Amino acid sequence: MAVNAEMSQDGKKLTIQVKGRFDFGKHQEFRSAYERNRPESVVVDLKETTYLDSSALGMLLMLRDHVGGDDSDVRVINTSSDVRKILAISNFNKLFDIS
Amino acid sequence: MPESRLTVLIAEDGAVDRLLLARIVSKQGHAVLTAENGEQAVALFAERRPQLVLLDALMPVMDGFEAARQIKVLAGEALVPIIFLTSLSEEEALVRCLEAGGDDFLAKPYSPVILAAKINAMDRLRRLQATVLEQRDQIARHHHHLLNEQRVAKAVFDKVAHAGCLSASNIRYLQSPYALFNGDLLLAAFTPSGDMHVLLGDFTGHGLPAAVGAMPLAEVFYGMTAKGYGLSETLREMNAKLKRILPVDMFCCALLLNLSCQRRTVEIWNGGMPDGYLLSANGTEPLPLVSRHLPLGVLAPERFDDSTQVLPLALGERLLLLSDGVVDTSDDNDRLFGVERLCKVLSANRQPDLLFGEITQALEAFRGRSRDDVSLLEITVVEPDELLPPPLIYSDSGQSAPLDWSLQFEFRAETLKRFNPLPYLLQLLQEIHGLRSQSGALHSVLSELYSNALEHGVLGLDSALKRDAQGFGEYYRQRNERLQALCSGYIRVGLCVEPQGPGGRLIIEVEDSGKGFNVSKVLARPLLEQGLYGRGLNLVRRLSRRAQWADEGRRVRVEFAWEALA
Repeated sequence: MAVNAEMSQDGKKLTIQVKGRFDFGKHQEFRSAYERNRPESVVVDLKETTYLDSSALGMLLMLRDHVGGDDSDVRVINTSSDVRKILAISNFNKLFDIS
Repeated sequence: MPESRLTVLIAEDGAVDRLLLARIVSKQGHAVLTAENGEQAVALFAERRPQLVLLDALMPVMDGFEAARQIKVLAGEALVPIIFLTSLSEEEALVRCLEAGGDDFLAKPYSPVILAAKINAMDRLRRLQATVLEQRDQIARHHHHLLNEQRVAKAVFDKVAHAGCLSASNIRYLQSPYALFNGDLLLAAFTPSGDMHVLLGDFTGHGLPAAVGAMPLAEVFYGMTAKGYGLSETLREMNAKLKRILPVDMFCCALLLNLSCQRRTVEIWNGGMPDGYLLSANGTEPLPLVSRHLPLGVLAPERFDDSTQVLPLALGERLLLLSDGVVDTSDDNDRLFGVERLCKVLSANRQPDLLFGEITQALEAFRGRSRDDVSLLEITVVEPDELLPPPLIYSDSGQSAPLDWSLQFEFRAETLKRFNPLPYLLQLLQEIHGLRSQSGALHSVLSELYSNALEHGVLGLDSALKRDAQGFGEYYRQRNERLQALCSGYIRVGLCVEPQGPGGRLIIEVEDSGKGFNVSKVLARPLLEQGLYGRGLNLVRRLSRRAQWADEGRRVRVEFAWEALA
């Protein structure tokens, strides 16, 4: 699986890991990683993500919308410098906690 | 039992063998056609189109090799399997069979079981080929259909996109013909006062979904630009509209700018596009125009940030905008072309008109092949009279409006903070048909008077700050700060239209609550010395009749007149 989802024991925190290229090909997998859950917070771990395109940005927006939009708590962690550049151009740090 | 009932052509000159084979094949449930030589076989094939052929190699009149070649030609793309009837010992003959188009062999003595197996295998192959061909044709039809739809959509969109001024003499651009379907969007239009609004946008995704959002965006862009709205209002409207109509995961990265060759400034908003560049005429380092905002269509209207950046410009300077296709081009090892390589190309450029070529060449060299989804746009700062904005198109009936009226407005602090009254005033003045030939000048003068009253009058900003590029930034920082904090002050605008002989005149009076300024001293300054900051007043004096300041610079009165209408 290129997209792994793991729920914390108390069911409050969902961690999603994306491996390889994070692009339109992951759409279905990424969606099903969170769709059936209503976690209070989400961590998107991009440690093993090599590349991220604009449809991945769209998927992050979908996730954010699903878990509460402006009131959501979504963190994007372990971003490589290339991935961080892409997120920075779009100023996604204004919507997500990126590290 | 055969898997399907076929028509099988048997060509064999020996009567006994022919009869034997015919019996075996028909016993297996297939229809049989027989021929005594190659010529008969070809004729029968042409007439009856059997699905499978058993062919003896050596026959009188026309041998099996020639017959096989002719049958394959007649069959065209469809697979008609040919099984040669031969003895396995003739090695050289077998090669000739294959060369002639044979698909298999059957050796004497004929075994019904082996023949049935071969016929079934060939039939499966034949049907597989037929399915592939059918699907290929279907895909081709769909593809053709899609291309046709794209062609029509593109034709409609080109009408919309080229309503603007992409063809202006100071704009150069490079865009693949189907960039629209890559999500790239390029728009340019003159404002009523002769400034230029330019947008380079990039929708998420590809194909039709990306193209669909372009229409409403273009409509807002052209509509609001033509009506004299500024960047902030236009951006707000575009963002709100896209937020409303696009699905959550779709948005539009965009760089929008307002280039004023009259004031030699550019106002920029960049949300999610790669850095644009301000390229100087004298070869100093390119200045990046960095993305400071989220793309359009992401934030709800109340959270949207429309703050722009204003930069001073010099004659001959150029603004370069590019789509992400440039820096995101990757080579065979997944390395990106990147900003550094791009900046090297920009710095190495000596002849501005070769720049696009140099960028595309560098991309090609890096990637090993060209790509067709790169958009490049370059706008040069020229003397304002080198640009010829097209005459405005009016949507009214052309009937003359009443010509004897006056109006007074007073805009107070809360309004000045968040409302731009210019488009409304301009709309009103468009009703005066006699002034239409001067509408560019009228819009420029009114905009200038209003921003002077707001910035120097109400907000008390010192235009001398704008004497260098750094001060320029500081000026606009202070402008935003003071405007946000504003709680008192006013701008009064009086418009008076009256008949004069067969024509008429418009008197504009603008008054502000500020401290005023030393009119005679400012106007006495020589043009050059006014540098980056004295342009406004000169513009007003040049474009209108009888500009007069009163009340220590707090009140200004200008006049526009027209002769009888033809």
